[in-house]
Amino acid sequence: MLKFILSVIVGVWAFAATQVMAGPVLDAVKARGQLLCGVNAGLVGFMHADSQGVWRGLSIDMCRATAAALFGDANKVKYIPLEPLKRFPALESGEVDLLASNSTVTLGRDGGVDFAGIYYYDGQGFMVPRKLGKRVVSDLNGATVCVQPGTTTEANVADYFRLNKMTFKAVLLDTLDDLRAAFFAGRCDVLTADLSNLYATRAAYAPNPSDYSILPRTITKEPLGLAVRHGDNQFADIVRWSLYAMIEAEEYGITSRNVDDALKSENPTLKRILGVTPGMGKALGVDEKWAYNIVKQVGNYGEVFDRNLGPSTVLKIPRGLNGPWRDGGMLYAPPIR
Amino acid sequence: MTDAMPVGDRKPLAPPVDETGALGWVRKNLFSSWGNGITTVVLIAAVLWVASWFLEWALFTANFTAATGAECRGGGACWALIREKFRYIFFGSFPYEQHWRPLFAVITMLAMLVLSADRRMWNWRLLVIWGVGSFITFLLMFGQIHIPLSLILFVALVCGGIGLTLRSALAAPSERMAYYALVGIGAVGLVLRMVGALPAWSIAIAPLSYVETSLWGGLPVTLILATYGLAFAFPYGILLALGRRSNLPLIKGLCVGFIELIRGVPLISLLIMASVMLPLFLPSGTTIDKFLRAQVAVILFAGAYIAEVIRGGLQSLPKGQFEAADAMGLNYPQKTLLIILPQALRVVIPPLINTFIGFFKDTSLVLIIGIFDFLNTANQALVDPNWAGFPGEVYLFAAFVYFIFCFSMSRYSKYLEFELNKGTRR
Repeated sequence: MLKFILSVIVGVWAFAATQVMAGPVLDAVKARGQLLCGVNAGLVGFMHADSQGVWRGLSIDMCRATAAALFGDANKVKYIPLEPLKRFPALESGEVDLLASNSTVTLGRDGGVDFAGIYYYDGQGFMVPRKLGKRVVSDLNGATVCVQPGTTTEANVADYFRLNKMTFKAVLLDTLDDLRAAFFAGRCDVLTADLSNLYATRAAYAPNPSDYSILPRTITKEPLGLAVRHGDNQFADIVRWSLYAMIEAEEYGITSRNVDDALKSENPTLKRILGVTPGMGKALGVDEKWAYNIVKQVGNYGEVFDRNLGPSTVLKIPRGLNGPWRDGGMLYAPPIR
Repeated sequence: MTDAMPVGDRKPLAPPVDETGALGWVRKNLFSSWGNGITTVVLIAAVLWVASWFLEWALFTANFTAATGAECRGGGACWALIREKFRYIFFGSFPYEQHWRPLFAVITMLAMLVLSADRRMWNWRLLVIWGVGSFITFLLMFGQIHIPLSLILFVALVCGGIGLTLRSALAAPSERMAYYALVGIGAVGLVLRMVGALPAWSIAIAPLSYVETSLWGGLPVTLILATYGLAFAFPYGILLALGRRSNLPLIKGLCVGFIELIRGVPLISLLIMASVMLPLFLPSGTTIDKFLRAQVAVILFAGAYIAEVIRGGLQSLPKGQFEAADAMGLNYPQKTLLIILPQALRVVIPPLINTFIGFFKDTSLVLIIGIFDFLNTANQALVDPNWAGFPGEVYLFAAFVYFIFCFSMSRYSKYLEFELNKGTRR
């Protein structure tokens, strides 16, 4: 009987799933005139609603860029806050078109959805009080580490220390609030989490942020990707190339301030990117001004990074892996030609 | 015996000074023994110490005017954060320049609740208050309301049906004719609408710009979820409770099954089912509004709990009451509405209000499915990088607002008990 019920449930599920995949996403988005963007309910620097209720952050700007390419208007986005547990089902059921909810790209996840570009390279790192004088991860041998029990974070630390024949003493605390409180009260030497999270924690919770340093080395790879539904390659392309356009714009020095001057440039690459020489928009299936609209309304990747995470914000995250490839970062966009 | 006073002139001696007035009270209640005296002194010292620390933090060193979170740091409480964020905390992502709409919606709902708390309104006026109040609330929140023809027909059918069941014995012939007419118009109209003979016509009232439910947030969301959740769950719970005591096995079985199923799962799982699972089963393109799904989940959940509370009241009534009503020749609806429920509900006021207060706070669980109720918008205020790091202030503020609502409900419950038990008090 149980088997029967289960098979019915699976059957209905499969039916529903195939129904969902049948319709091209792009047509639906265009007909709606609005992009439905799934985000996290709140993550400092990546997505949050400001005092006026307007969504801001790096992930939010990814949604805005896609909307600018699609509609020529970066504001034609509806943000749908999702809990981590819910985000992939919401994408698969068609509740959202695009996920910019700081989801790590993994092989396991790629089975259910498609990832259209990586917009931030994160990784698990360590924060220590500056006065302990620890500069690199190998100095941490024998340290006490504050970590949540049963998380991948804990498993990663344990694996890393074991592999490198180092020891540590874990201080296990169940909630993030307890974890932060314990660390800043000095109950442990090291706080470990994803780097972006460590920077946010330091900015928001440290009694004096300059007393704490974040070690440059990461022990895991957490590439945060833009996820779309299976079955509409053209929509995935638009999302992917919207991100590439922001990266290309930074590489060629086009910013939201000088983009109008860049339109008059004689450089054939700029002319192609900005749609002065037509062709690229047609290839992508959007307006020829798509990249111009992205840069004009949202900005290039560097501007977006600086505005949300960079030195002018409380987070003060260095570019690091998220810098252009010429500066030793990982941002390397295929050419727009 | 010359100094003996006549009996009538004897005056009772006043009690000693230290046993009357404030001094006497203090002596009797706080310092009646060495142990009590020491306890009193220690506790007063502790209270003063905590209070002085709290006042120092919340008032004397607090910052009310800072422009950013960085300026706030280091001192006492950062109330400037609340000043900066209170509009977001109260109204969420509702378009900023239109915040007057949720503000007046909240005022309307509060007025509606206060009015219906008055016993003099407990008749046809209640329907008018809720009808008008709900209309204004949703018109303000949505900005535009479309009333389809089928809804009007359905309401006619239901009104006629209720009139016929309840007043069939009492109504004058003309009144009964009116009920028959309502039922007839409703039923025929609905059938015609279904076969397509009537057009999909609707009344459009659109004085303001449309704001969809995904942009709603803050206090209006909490109030709507709780108010309408309980307003629908209450009659639904009564029906379930009556159904559970029914002699008809099918009805009884359905009611018992529903109540036990709902009580057997946490509200969170029901909300997740409604928000994650349901869309997977629907064909693509058809979506049911997330807010509506959460509202229905709250109604179903609250209904099951209220049903059990009311069943307790029903069971406390002596059998003689049921038999006496039967002996008077009342039919089932009359017996239930006129004899049984008034007594049963009076008994269960305390547990009922307890359930109401519980659900008012439980509505904050909708944050797990991404609806921005009051607590969730307060949470969101903490994520702003310019203002992060002051959870204490924000949660104190949220707790204060919740306390106002819950405490009013609890006081109202006290008043209601007093009012409704006048008949049994000696």
